[in-house]
Amino acid sequence: MSRIEQVLQTLKGQGRKALIPYITAGDPHPDKTVELMHTLVAAGADIIELGVPFSDPMADGPVIALACERALAHNTSLRQVIAMVKEFRKDDGRTPVVLMGYLNPMEAMGYEAFADAAADAGIDGVLTVDLPPEEAEDVAPLFAARNLDPIFLLAPTTTDERIRAISEHSSGYVYYVSFKGVTGAAKIDVDEVAAKVGHIHELTALPVGVGFGIRDAETAAAVGRVSDGVIVGSVLVDTIARNQADTDQLKRALTDLLHPMREALDSLAS
Amino acid sequence: MSVKLTEEMLSALPDNRGHFGVFGGRFVSETLMDSLMILEKEYLRLKEDPEFQAAFDKDLAHYVGRPSPLYFAERLTRETGGAQIWLKREDLNHTGAHKVNNTIGQALLAAFLGKKRIIAETGAGQHGVATATVCARLGLECHVFMGAEDVQRQALNVYRMKLLGAQVHAVESGTRTLKDAMNDAMRDWVSNVDDTFYIIGTVAGPHPYPLLVRDFQAVIGRELRQQALEQAGKLPDALVACVGGGSNAIGMFYPFLTDESVELYGVEAGGHGIETGEHAAPLCAGRPGVLHGNRTYLMEDENGQISSTHSVSAGLDYPGVGPEHAWLKDVGRANYVSVTDEEALDGFRTLTRVEGIMPALESSHAVAYALKLAATMDKDQMVVINVSGRGDKDIHTIAQIDGIEI
Repeated sequence: MSRIEQVLQTLKGQGRKALIPYITAGDPHPDKTVELMHTLVAAGADIIELGVPFSDPMADGPVIALACERALAHNTSLRQVIAMVKEFRKDDGRTPVVLMGYLNPMEAMGYEAFADAAADAGIDGVLTVDLPPEEAEDVAPLFAARNLDPIFLLAPTTTDERIRAISEHSSGYVYYVSFKGVTGAAKIDVDEVAAKVGHIHELTALPVGVGFGIRDAETAAAVGRVSDGVIVGSVLVDTIARNQADTDQLKRALTDLLHPMREALDSLAS
Repeated sequence: MSVKLTEEMLSALPDNRGHFGVFGGRFVSETLMDSLMILEKEYLRLKEDPEFQAAFDKDLAHYVGRPSPLYFAERLTRETGGAQIWLKREDLNHTGAHKVNNTIGQALLAAFLGKKRIIAETGAGQHGVATATVCARLGLECHVFMGAEDVQRQALNVYRMKLLGAQVHAVESGTRTLKDAMNDAMRDWVSNVDDTFYIIGTVAGPHPYPLLVRDFQAVIGRELRQQALEQAGKLPDALVACVGGGSNAIGMFYPFLTDESVELYGVEAGGHGIETGEHAAPLCAGRPGVLHGNRTYLMEDENGQISSTHSVSAGLDYPGVGPEHAWLKDVGRANYVSVTDEEALDGFRTLTRVEGIMPALESSHAVAYALKLAATMDKDQMVVINVSGRGDKDIHTIAQIDGIEI
C-alpha cells in the first residue's frame, strides 16, 4: 500500500478529511521550500502537493503563474524540486508528497530518469495537468513499477465514461476540479460540487480530493463534507507572494490560514 | 533525401488520437477534453457533409475572393538568373493573408456547434483580423488575445480588430508574445468552455486543430496544383513557404506530399542567426517536447522550460511548430531551413522593388530563401513561393528599421 493510500485510509477510519495544501517549489526562493513544507505539515497538512514551476502554466490563473515566474527567476528545475523532497524526507517520512506540474519538464528530463529520481527521493504521487490518461501510456508502467501514484484530474465536463476510465488509470486519489476555469478563480458552487462528487463516488472507489476555489475554513468545511479531502492552492501561494520578504511572518501567515481549515475539517468528524 | 509517401500512409495520419508519428496528440487539462472530443466528432462528420463543404467553398469564392492567382514573376526570375519564380498570391485574399481560409472554416464549425462567443490568439495580428472579420460578418462576440509586445509592433492590426468590433486583450505575462497569447486564450477557453469556440490560427494545438486547420488551408495547394498544370503545363519543382506555426506551409505542401518530384522547403525565422540563439526556428534548432496541447519540436532549455524567441516578424515569433511539420521533418519529406531577419528584410525590399508586390515580413522569409534556391536551379525549373500575406501591416516596422518616423 502506498503512503498516500495509507494516510487516506487512516483518515477515513477516523472519519476525518484530508487537508492537502499546494505550494510552488522554489517560490519565493528554492532555499525556503523545504522549510515551508514542514510548516504546512505542522499546520495540519495530511498530504503536500508540490508544484513544479513551468514557463507556460496554461491551466493556472495569475497567482500561480506569478509563483512560477518567481521560482523560475531562481532557475528552479525539476531536478532541484526532486532534491527538495529528498531533503524534506530527512525529517518527515510520513507525509505523502505529490508533484504537480506540466509535462514538458518531465519529458525533457526523460521519463525513466524522472521516475527513478522521484522514487529515490521519496515522492509518492505525480499529477501532470496536461497529461490525460490517453497520452500516459509510456509513463504509466514506469510509475507503477516504482509505486508512484498517478493522480489524474476530473472536471465538471468529464463524462461518466471518462470518469470510469480515468479512475482505472489512477491510484491514491482522484483530483476533482471544482469549476470550469483556472486556479485561483473564485467561482466555486458548493451544491454543484456536492452533486458531482457524490456521483463520482458512485463510479469509483478511489478517494476524491476537491480543489480550485477553496480559500478559507468555511469553503474547506463545505467541500470536506462531500469529499475525502480538500486541496488548497492559490490562497496559500498568494500569501507567499505577500510575505516573501519575511520568512517568519510568512510561516505564521500560512499557519494562520491552514489551521482554521484543519479545525473546520476535523469538526466534521463523525 | 525525400521519402516516398503514399495516399494510404497519409490517410492514416493523424491517427484517431491526433498523432502524426510521435508528434501531435491531445495534451490538455481535463476540463477541455470533452469539448475537444465533441469538436473532433463534429468536424469528422461535417468534413464529409456536402452541405458544409459547399458553404465553405462558397465563402472562399465570394467572400475571400478565391482562387488566389498564381503569378509568374518574370522580372524577378530574370534578375535572379535561375529557376522560374512563381508566386501564390495569398496576400490578395480578403484581409490580406491566408489566415482567412481557416477562420471562415472554423466560424462555420462554430455556427454548426451553436457557439456564440469566439476567442482567438494572434501574433502579427493577421489571424486576429481574420477572426474579427468573420465574427463581424456572422454577428459573433469576438475576443482576441495578443502579446503586449505584439500589440505595440502591430498597432495597425490592433486598430483594425477594434474597428471590426473585437475586444483585443493585451497579454502581459511571460514573454508578452504569441505563446503567451495562446496561454491566455486557453485560460479563457477553460473558463468559458460551454459557450465559447476557440479559433486557433495555426496547425498546432490539441487534436483536432492541426487536422482541421490543415484541411481548411489545403485549398492553397489544391489550387496551386491545378494552376501550375494549366499555366506552366507541369508540377512545380520546389515549393517554398515560411513556417511559424506552419499553416500556410502545410496548406501549400499537403496536396503535393505524394509527388516525389516536388521538393518542399519550410523557412523558419533565423532572427539574429541560429548561432546567436536569438531566433524562432524550432525545427532547425529545437528538440521534441510538449506545449499548447501537442508534442512537437520546441525551443526550450535543458530543464524543459520554453525559451523566449526572437524574430523581426511577429507572426513567426513562436517557440513551437505544427506537429505535422515535425513529422515531415523526421521522415525527411520536407526540408526545413532558416533565414535571418536581415535576409528577410532584403527579400521584402527585392520583391517590392522588382515586382511591385509588398510581402508580409513573415512571407519575406520564404521570398529570401527562394531567391537563394532559384539561383542554384536550372532555368527550366519552377519554384513557387507562398506569398502568405501582404506587407502593409509591417510598414511601420520597416520604417523604424530605416530610421524613419511615420
